[in-house]
Amino acid sequence: MSTIQQTTQAVPTGTWSADPVHSEVAFSVEYMAGTFRGTFEKFDVQLADGVLSGTADVTSISVKDENLEAHLLSPDFFDAERHPELSFRSTTISRDRDKVTIAGEVTIKGHTETAEIRGTISDPITDPWNNERFGLKLETTLDRTKFGLNWNNPLPSGEQALANDVTLIAELQLVKAA
Amino acid sequence: MRILGISGSLRDASYNTKLLRVAGRLLPDDVEFVVWDGLKAVPPYDEDDDRDPAPEGAQRFRDAIAGADAILFATPEYNSSVPGQLKNAIDWASRPLATNVLRNKPVAVIGASAGMFGAVWAQADLRKVLAATGARVIEGEVAVGHAHTRFDEEGNLTDDNLVQQIDEVVHTLVAETQPVAVAA
Repeated sequence: MSTIQQTTQAVPTGTWSADPVHSEVAFSVEYMAGTFRGTFEKFDVQLADGVLSGTADVTSISVKDENLEAHLLSPDFFDAERHPELSFRSTTISRDRDKVTIAGEVTIKGHTETAEIRGTISDPITDPWNNERFGLKLETTLDRTKFGLNWNNPLPSGEQALANDVTLIAELQLVKAA
Repeated sequence: MRILGISGSLRDASYNTKLLRVAGRLLPDDVEFVVWDGLKAVPPYDEDDDRDPAPEGAQRFRDAIAGADAILFATPEYNSSVPGQLKNAIDWASRPLATNVLRNKPVAVIGASAGMFGAVWAQADLRKVLAATGARVIEGEVAVGHAHTRFDEEGNLTDDNLVQQIDEVVHTLVAETQPVAVAA
């Protein structure tokens, strides 16, 4: 089977958009002795003509402390004043049963880097309102310093408190356009 | 455009205040440069006093920052770090953190000291503190060591290389203050 055939069969045809209530875009990063998590509350993800693309509103970042949110929006991290969105666009999508691998480009803080995203995909079902929808659970790990998110703080041991590798997680239900 | 100069030193003959005046003369003609003189009047930060209205000295500092498009700090170094009164004033300015007047404000840091290192550790600490407030800290450092030997009678720096370094920092600060196109 050629790559082109894999690509055309990997995801459903047509135009699909993420249902914002039943989808989530989140991140996790190792911080001190554990894992710190947060979400982007506003996002827009579409699958159209076999290309998955999405944006997240950086200012909608949500963590459990408003002062930390303020720091994350500042030039130390996302610089939301100048870079209010982060985005993704796929270049290839391949599938092996329920496993999906997506190559694409992620843009954060004005820096674009290639990324390989792995996850699972479910086949479309018909929901109680007669919409077709399918699920995507995706994950990729990015080095935040490649995007200019360089903040850190040393622990008393001398090690840095915040890891450079950040996992982006998208759990999406995509609904077919009427 | 209005740039506020803030010296971390309180004394009249401060080398850092002189440094700010050198920097002010290097700015383009259309930039208004004001050296702030209210640092000594900022009271010690006490959350119990951090109400509306804030104490006069603290409010004047917040207003001065809010009224400026950018800020140039010049700091001496006390015990390898930022002078307490300057840090204290920034603590006032930084509250409440999510909406504070330093947020996204372009800021640059230069420094002078009587010792040989030119307040480099104080400058690094000040940049860290300012970044934590949400300020837009521009890169660039000017370390004027042996400051007591660096100025002539008129307050001019006698080292052309240092003047050039200050010129680069202030022009970077001006460029950073121009409106920029929003990009993803």
